[in-house]
Amino acid sequence: MMQYLAQQCRIEVLDILHEKGTGHWGGAASAAELLITLYFHIMDVRPDDPEWPDRDRLVLSKGHASCMLYAVLAHRGYFPVQELHTFRDLDSRLQGHPCMKATPGVEMSTGALGHGMSVTLGMALAARLSKRSFSSYVLMGDGDLNEGQTWEGVMAAAKFRPERFAALVDYNKVQLDGPSDAIMPMDPLADKFKAFNWNVAPTVYDGHSVSAILDSYEWIRAQADWPVAVIYKTHKGRGVSFMEDNYQWHGAPVNDDAYAKARPELLRGLKVLEERL
Amino acid sequence: MTARLAAMRDAFGQALLDLADAIPELVVLDADVASSTKTRLFWEAHPDRFLNVGVAEANMVDIAAGMATCGLRPVVSTFALFFALKCTDQIRNVVCYNTLPVVFAAGYAGLSDSYDGASHQSVADLAIVRAMPNMYVVVPADAVEAGQALEAALRRDGPTFIRLCRNPTPVLFANTEPLASGEPFAFGKARKLRDGIDLTIAVCGVPTAMALEAADQLAAMGVSVDLVEVATLKPLDVDALVASVAKTGKMLTVEEHTMHGGLYGAVAEALARHRPAPMDCVAIEDTFAESGPYDALMAKYGISVENITRKAAALAGRESVRPR
Repeated sequence: MMQYLAQQCRIEVLDILHEKGTGHWGGAASAAELLITLYFHIMDVRPDDPEWPDRDRLVLSKGHASCMLYAVLAHRGYFPVQELHTFRDLDSRLQGHPCMKATPGVEMSTGALGHGMSVTLGMALAARLSKRSFSSYVLMGDGDLNEGQTWEGVMAAAKFRPERFAALVDYNKVQLDGPSDAIMPMDPLADKFKAFNWNVAPTVYDGHSVSAILDSYEWIRAQADWPVAVIYKTHKGRGVSFMEDNYQWHGAPVNDDAYAKARPELLRGLKVLEERL
Repeated sequence: MTARLAAMRDAFGQALLDLADAIPELVVLDADVASSTKTRLFWEAHPDRFLNVGVAEANMVDIAAGMATCGLRPVVSTFALFFALKCTDQIRNVVCYNTLPVVFAAGYAGLSDSYDGASHQSVADLAIVRAMPNMYVVVPADAVEAGQALEAALRRDGPTFIRLCRNPTPVLFANTEPLASGEPFAFGKARKLRDGIDLTIAVCGVPTAMALEAADQLAAMGVSVDLVEVATLKPLDVDALVASVAKTGKMLTVEEHTMHGGLYGAVAEALARHRPAPMDCVAIEDTFAESGPYDALMAKYGISVENITRKAAALAGRESVRPR
């Protein structure tokens, strides 16, 4: 069911990006299953009380995937699904990149890369200082990992070791200008986190499989050694053959031609999932 | 006014300790300069509420921002230069954009890290942080005002930048001294230190003591100064400045900052709109300074009683008048 909903969100995001002629398809499509599974299965949140102090926190450090976050938040009940069609409009609550002051459910304004690790660490440390037991998740992309500040945060997290703090990497290995290996290679990524004294999941999970993501959550829940990092293999632009793993679809407008070819592909994917339900 | 000297950093470090019990949400973060900024006092007294994040200032600011979203009241402490230049993205995109209650204890500001040289001297910080929406910018004139500003900042639901001098400076105010309005320290309220009719001097920070001395010299020359101490550059007490200039018709600003974008800029912006008047400034020219003793460095780069007196007299049209 969650697998189906993730694909449905993908279609809605494609519709909106085409309608608006602006927004980032590649990174949004990459994070669909991760965001759906987090908000529907993993995180303890109350959409009717978004400021509930004990809620789990997610910071979308790869803020350019905003449209997918908004689609998932809308389906989770934070605001009407119809409001998605105001994405990037004047006076909209759905800003180009996530804005915590504008959108219910958004925990931190992001967009400029490299902030998520540090701010989420601050949330996890606040939980410890306030004797609360919420979990703090940061969802990062390749570009985030390029930023020096991310590694300042990684160092500090290993020093302070706050409980229930997890870094999740949407590791599609494609950036704005090309494949990550050509722009800024991050491998061996798990070894990097380990070298900074993080507890890294022994498996790289399939970030497009809800069941694999749930397995990764079971691993996280079983840990006592914080912070933890989990790497998910994903595909930028997932679901559309000519957009998948193609850097040119990082943020290019979804024009009429692309839309006409892409949408049927996504619908076919949805139908396959529907038959499995 | 007394001749007693006190360092803002010592007062600030003590004020953090004094407020710890009254404000249980207070946490302090420092970037490996706690011994210099004096947050070490808080560290030793409240180790569970203190984080030393190492030499990673940008990370520190964002950690504090994350904490602030969860109800804590973080004070981040490092040198003013590093906040303004290494943390500009974090200050703008995370703290100010979200109006988070983070207090920036911006130490070693102005030329006060004098011997360390231009690499450590913060003379453009006010121009930078003043350009950030939602930020309050405070430049205390003495150690007492620094403590008052901290308490006010910790009770504000938004970010505050407090500029702190490294070195002992004259104590100008008593703890209980009211503003001209009769109120205690408040954001956006200037203090009237002298009443006069020939020109207005608006001053912020350490040069306030110099401006007081200059006002006395000018009085002896027959020039009466309306002296306004502007502790908060943002929000600016536009009413007080306009009222003063309506009386005197001339404005001299005095600050320990480049002439671009600090107090001179803030006052010029306000007067240009509300009460245009001839202006001049005592400020650092568009240049880098150098190593040296604090007082001598200030004098060499134009921040001195003599220079204030000279420029004020010229602005008041009394260049030929010699001190009696």
